[in-house]
Amino acid sequence: MTETLAVPAPVSARRGRMWRRFRRRPMPMAGLVLVVAFLLLALIGPLVTGDPAQQDYLATLAPPSGAHPMGTDDLGRDAFARIAHGAQVSLQAGVLSMLLAMVVGIPIGLVAGFYRRWLDPIVMRLVDVTLAFPFLVFAVGLAAIIGPSLKGVVIALGFAQLPAIIRITRGEVLAIREMDYVAAAIADGAGDGHIIFRYVLPNCASPLIVQATVAIPTAIIGESTLSFLGLGVQPPTPSWGVMLTTAQQYLSDAPWLAIWPGLMIALATLGFNLLGDGLRDVLDPRSAR
Amino acid sequence: MILRIDNLVKHYGPVRAVDGLSLEIGQGEVLGLVGESGSGKSTVGKCVLRLTEPTAGAIELDGRDITHLSRRAMRPLRRDVHMVFQDPYSSLNPRFTIGQIVGEPLLRHKVADRRTVSGRVSAMLEKVGLRQEMASRYPHELSGGQRQRVGLARALILEPRLVVADEPVSALDVSVQASVLNLITDLQRDMGFSCLFITHDLSVVEFLADRVAVMYLGKIVESGPTAEIFAEPRHPYTQALLSAAPVADPVRQRDRRRIVLGGDVPSPVDPPAGCRFHTRCPLAYDACRTEEPPLHDPRGNGHPAACHLVTADRVPDAAAHR
Amino acid sequence: MSLLEISDLTVDFDTEDGLVQAVRDISLTLDEGEILALCGESGCGKSVTAMSVPRLLPPDTTRLSGSVKLDGRELTTLPESQMRQVRGKEVSVVFQEPMTSLNPSFTVGYQISEVLRRHEGLSRQAAGRRAVELLELVGIPAPQRRMKEYPHQLSGGMRQRVMIAIAVACSPRVLIADEPTTALDVTIQAGVLDVFRDLRDRLGTAIILITHDLGVVADIADRAVVMYAGRAVEQAPVTELFANPRHPYTLGLMNALPSAAVNGRLAEIPGMVPSPLSDPDECAFQARCPRAQADCRLSRPSLERHAPEHLAACFHPGGKS
Repeated sequence: MTETLAVPAPVSARRGRMWRRFRRRPMPMAGLVLVVAFLLLALIGPLVTGDPAQQDYLATLAPPSGAHPMGTDDLGRDAFARIAHGAQVSLQAGVLSMLLAMVVGIPIGLVAGFYRRWLDPIVMRLVDVTLAFPFLVFAVGLAAIIGPSLKGVVIALGFAQLPAIIRITRGEVLAIREMDYVAAAIADGAGDGHIIFRYVLPNCASPLIVQATVAIPTAIIGESTLSFLGLGVQPPTPSWGVMLTTAQQYLSDAPWLAIWPGLMIALATLGFNLLGDGLRDVLDPRSAR
Repeated sequence: MILRIDNLVKHYGPVRAVDGLSLEIGQGEVLGLVGESGSGKSTVGKCVLRLTEPTAGAIELDGRDITHLSRRAMRPLRRDVHMVFQDPYSSLNPRFTIGQIVGEPLLRHKVADRRTVSGRVSAMLEKVGLRQEMASRYPHELSGGQRQRVGLARALILEPRLVVADEPVSALDVSVQASVLNLITDLQRDMGFSCLFITHDLSVVEFLADRVAVMYLGKIVESGPTAEIFAEPRHPYTQALLSAAPVADPVRQRDRRRIVLGGDVPSPVDPPAGCRFHTRCPLAYDACRTEEPPLHDPRGNGHPAACHLVTADRVPDAAAHR
Repeated sequence: MSLLEISDLTVDFDTEDGLVQAVRDISLTLDEGEILALCGESGCGKSVTAMSVPRLLPPDTTRLSGSVKLDGRELTTLPESQMRQVRGKEVSVVFQEPMTSLNPSFTVGYQISEVLRRHEGLSRQAAGRRAVELLELVGIPAPQRRMKEYPHQLSGGMRQRVMIAIAVACSPRVLIADEPTTALDVTIQAGVLDVFRDLRDRLGTAIILITHDLGVVADIADRAVVMYAGRAVEQAPVTELFANPRHPYTLGLMNALPSAAVNGRLAEIPGMVPSPLSDPDECAFQARCPRAQADCRLSRPSLERHAPEHLAACFHPGGKS
């Protein structure tokens, strides 16, 4: 018995309802606030702060003050300006690597799931191999070939996210393939391309959106890690990871140099993860119905 | 004959879902294919629509053998045969509007273009008893009964010659089911399509089928005109099925002779030797365990049964045995 | 005094869309050894009504008022720790889905014995012996062998019998069966219904049977309550109910059955169930009712006695009086 009461609601109302569901929860809302703050910092911050490379030898390792709200580093550069520019680097690394993983991973997942019989086993074994390959070794190798740079970071991180995207897409495709509406399309004579793009892809969008919000913080940490190890963004370009590398040496004299980037990484990651959890609750049809 | 199935076999790995089944559906005829879960009745429907590849046998649509047609060669024939599904929730693409869902077959088969499609869709929606405004709604905004009407509209908009309906009312509440069944009857009468109506519910079949075929473990055990089957079921399984479905009348129901079958339906992986029903049949004797009874019609009145005990002058009575 | 007395039970659920009014002012009684059917279509509140007895509704979103008395003891206010003793031992439940209600990692025998050891404090051997008896009671052939099998080795009908065996392991006074045969084939259903009949006859178990299937009601129930939009609209002994339905909804349900077709047509009930989010002071069925008149829109008919045991909530009841 599946007959339930129809409470007709137009699509806009459905979106409104999803927003209501979302808004009611404190954690996802906190996540949204953090993410918006991070975006503002990355997009507008660099415009209002000074030059992050401007050195002031008269004020090296200065504690937070009116002129330097987050203090200065060993070369007298304004930490706030560097944090803001670092946010931009983090955002680039996060979004670009996520996009890279999506653009490559979704088609592979779609095709693997749809042609389960012959393509799927091959693709999934390749995914297993990728998963077994140590990420850092790959990143070191990549840095050796194309030199340590943001480009290398994006490629390495995108590659690292690929298996998750492929798996999620494929899992969704396998479930959607079994839906009667797909059978109806086949029975109607629809071609594979039409079924994949009009029936399957739109219906696996929700989990992929969630995955995107989870991929970004992973990439932010990844970028910081690689830059911290010297495999990513190179000084003098400010990056939270690079800032942490410098800060190590001055941990007792100028602890704020480590606290700011560390705190930023933690908050940005937390924000995206909370937002992702919230989106999962709202978008997941199992919890929505 | 619109549909002729000859000795159809479909195995899924070791599972013998359909194991040698033949049936025919005439122009404008409604055949009720009845069976319990695991009987293979849905697989028959999927084979007819070529949603799954038959293992052996032949399927003829309007005199043309479609058993092994390629997807491309099959495409133009899909104008003539459509399907209505059981689950009103999974059978409509949640990302399409009702108008898109119903209009898609028209566009695919180039029967209408972007300008004329909406008029055709409105007319079809009206036929299935839905208001025109529904065209801009999404499936989740509709009730189960309304969704089933949309499924009917989609199946019928190309005016197919054959409709395969797989349990189309089983997921609906009685009051909703009644209106959908009336609608199917009306549409069938108006449009004259033939119908393979697959269901587990005998009362539904009695209501709308011209002929009935009863399946058990991948085979037909009995078939014939609906009134005949209900008045004089010949196969012990049909008799048991009819007696097991409770009637909504406590006085009659409590006074009926009931045949309670022992045991479970055997696995279709390893169906019993001889008559497939012998493990549960109250009348089984030695021959039933070794020799498979053919579907035979000793009286020659279009009412064959696959039972050793059915002869020209005798019909077994499973209820007589205790 | 009846074994179970539900009075003025009202249940609301807190949802994203607002307060869903699932059950409204239901009062009913259940005697020892009685089979009471709660029938109606999806969303009418039949399951919610029954699940209020063992308090199996989600506690954080359910708002319940009214009283549920088992043997004179109020259950709605009982502390959760005591309620746990009631569940399984005095009131137990059989659900619709035999596939998902058993734990796939344990044998059938273990799962039945576990209940006996927990609630009755039996030893391992005693529980095992009793479990075999229970499997026999629910008509499972070769129970000794079945004890060692896992749920996936059993068919749907056998699993449902095992669920019933677990439910009656501690000889509950009240057994609630929620669409227990809906997922089963008809030839299997007949056997499972016989098990319920047998339990009632042999153990005197009182059974609340939740079903949408009027055939099942006619087959096994002693008395039936027909529900619509959260309310009881009619209540009568089963033979009386079918012979002489008073409420137009009951009559509509009976006439909508495919077996009740007249001249190749079924009687439809036009329209849809009203939204459970609002509850205007009118008969909830009036918009779909062939007998509706002006007064049906002005106030809500209450459940009135039309014959000694026959109650209906309608201003214009049918049937012989």
